[in-house]
Amino acid sequence: MSLKIKKNIPLIDQHDKNYMYGGKFGGNFIPETLKKPIDDLTKLFAKLRKDKKFINERDYYFKNYVGAPTPFIKLENLTEHLKGAQIYAKVVSEANGGAHKIYNATVHCLIAKKAGKKYVVGDTGAGYAGKMLSMAAKKFGLNCKIFMGAKDIKRQRPNADAIKKNGAEIVPVTTGSQTLVDAVSECMRYWVSNCDTTHMCVGSTVGPNIFIKICAWSTAQISRELIEQIKEEFGKIPNKLKLINCVGGGSSAAGFWNEFMDTHAQFIGVEAGGPKNSKLHAAPLTNGSKIGILHGAAQYVIQDKEGQIGSTESISAGLDYPGISPLHCFLKDTKRAKYTSVNDEEALKAYQLVSKLENISPSLEPSHAFAEAIKLAPKLKSSEVIIVNSCGDSLKDKDIIKQKLGSYIR
Amino acid sequence: MKKSKISLVFNKCKIEKRSALITYTVAGDNNVNNSIKILNKISKHADILELGFPHNTPIADGGQIQGSSHRALKHGIKLKDVFHIVKRFKKNNPSKPIILMGYFNLIYQNGEDNFLKSCKASGVDGLIIVDLPYPENKNFANKCKKKSINFIQLISPTTSKDRVKKIIKDSHDMIYYISMLSTTGGELKVSPKKILQNYNKIKRIDPKKNLVIGFGITDKTISSLKSASGLVVGSMLCKTITNSLKMGQNPVTKLDKVVYNLKKKII
Repeated sequence: MSLKIKKNIPLIDQHDKNYMYGGKFGGNFIPETLKKPIDDLTKLFAKLRKDKKFINERDYYFKNYVGAPTPFIKLENLTEHLKGAQIYAKVVSEANGGAHKIYNATVHCLIAKKAGKKYVVGDTGAGYAGKMLSMAAKKFGLNCKIFMGAKDIKRQRPNADAIKKNGAEIVPVTTGSQTLVDAVSECMRYWVSNCDTTHMCVGSTVGPNIFIKICAWSTAQISRELIEQIKEEFGKIPNKLKLINCVGGGSSAAGFWNEFMDTHAQFIGVEAGGPKNSKLHAAPLTNGSKIGILHGAAQYVIQDKEGQIGSTESISAGLDYPGISPLHCFLKDTKRAKYTSVNDEEALKAYQLVSKLENISPSLEPSHAFAEAIKLAPKLKSSEVIIVNSCGDSLKDKDIIKQKLGSYIR
Repeated sequence: MKKSKISLVFNKCKIEKRSALITYTVAGDNNVNNSIKILNKISKHADILELGFPHNTPIADGGQIQGSSHRALKHGIKLKDVFHIVKRFKKNNPSKPIILMGYFNLIYQNGEDNFLKSCKASGVDGLIIVDLPYPENKNFANKCKKKSINFIQLISPTTSKDRVKKIIKDSHDMIYYISMLSTTGGELKVSPKKILQNYNKIKRIDPKKNLVIGFGITDKTISSLKSASGLVVGSMLCKTITNSLKMGQNPVTKLDKVVYNLKKKII
């Protein structure tokens, strides 16, 4: 039987009683100790998302603190250069803090306050999720601890410094590959021990079901803004529209696509293909990885035959994760979204081209999406529209870019 | 119905008016041969042996068990080696119960039925699956029951009373009470008195059930908890292996001594 997406029901709610999407993705594969805190959080969130006062509060902070709406711009020079489809960008990196992670962080802090918790902990890869959580925690008067892989602390120094400056504690994770996958594990282990006093924020649309829900519900702000901006620009949703987004855990793509779920807009998710000529990658959907359980949820995940989670490699710390949101597994199997990957070198070239031609300078994560747009655009007619979610700024990648390309432009 | 080996052990301990000593070591730590030697040695003192099948992304284990798992995986330990260890041990110790403990993804990849077949063939008596909580585990627990393999449910200090009742009702011959909010091997941050208070509340719901306590138990704390039906010591043993390897000592004889001492403290 082929899987189908239901119309008029938010994607995050299309699960069964075991919190599985399409009967096989997601769920709550968690230790007994976390059952109650997760149940409590599930109930609280179900109540809050129906509460008008809470929604108003969220909207207030999205507008006045995050800075909604973020710009929607035409990339005239890039369009001219590629001579094909019209290319636009939703410049989410203009949000406070410089990336989409601020939406999830803000909502988590609002929830933590409602739950009466004084401490928040979170994981981070590229450092954005950690930076934003530390910012929001400071804003809302919460104590904050961020788990970050030791390798990522080194390669994403500007964000790591920002976390400290915001008064949060960074816990370097030195187990395993010392990247995002280990940071999420360590953060969950910390929560197991401290769930009575501490609220946990998972930095992307991964983990036990409630974290997927809260995150996608928060980033949905991106497409709520975009659908209005598109109608203003074109008068309607263009007949041929492609929404291209990078996917690591998948939080920005989930938010970028959400409001367009029941429309004809095409979704393209771009995974991290890793270095050219390397067997390692971070693209479980593109490379046909099997379903497995990682961080409490069933998903397509890079693993060996035994079920040990596999190593990954990507120039982009934010995409360097062996799993992928159960929501994206569901979108793939229902064929609602298409997934592909681009390699490190293509992403770097895309960064360079966009930064040279335009007033924006995407970080290495959205550069993966731009690389796909650059490949596609020349093959399409000028009546077709591509929108890329530029969900991060290259500043955090300055060191890597300098090292790889010899110079950094922005 | 024939009584399980796990039940028989608890019955024996009840008659001897003591709690059962349950040890946890990781299969293949620090290699397959030593793992078999360790089980052979410590089974002289321990009543039930838990054997971890290592996973490289554990979400509920502390540093000590992570270290042991890492060592085992570095030596290339696979599920088939885990079953080999059990089989070899059981050949000489057929009545000593062995419980495998681990994360669900390995079972999921192996196939539930396939996994249980290997359990049966090698002589596994029970299973603890850390990330397959109640009621999601009902299906798999029933499959285990049909194969006369104990599925061991976990109860934690956060488990609501209602839930405790349901879990006990659906449990097999042994239930595992997690002493405190912690990953494995955390320092005991709750007083033994408080742990026993919670323990007794659960025990009273069905006094016939064999309810054991685990997490944070060491030679320092074990005697103060000895009124429980059983006590699990894990991280301390993993730490013993780590330390003996560091010092260039034989982990087998070191562990033998440690488990002997633990036993002395509860009889």
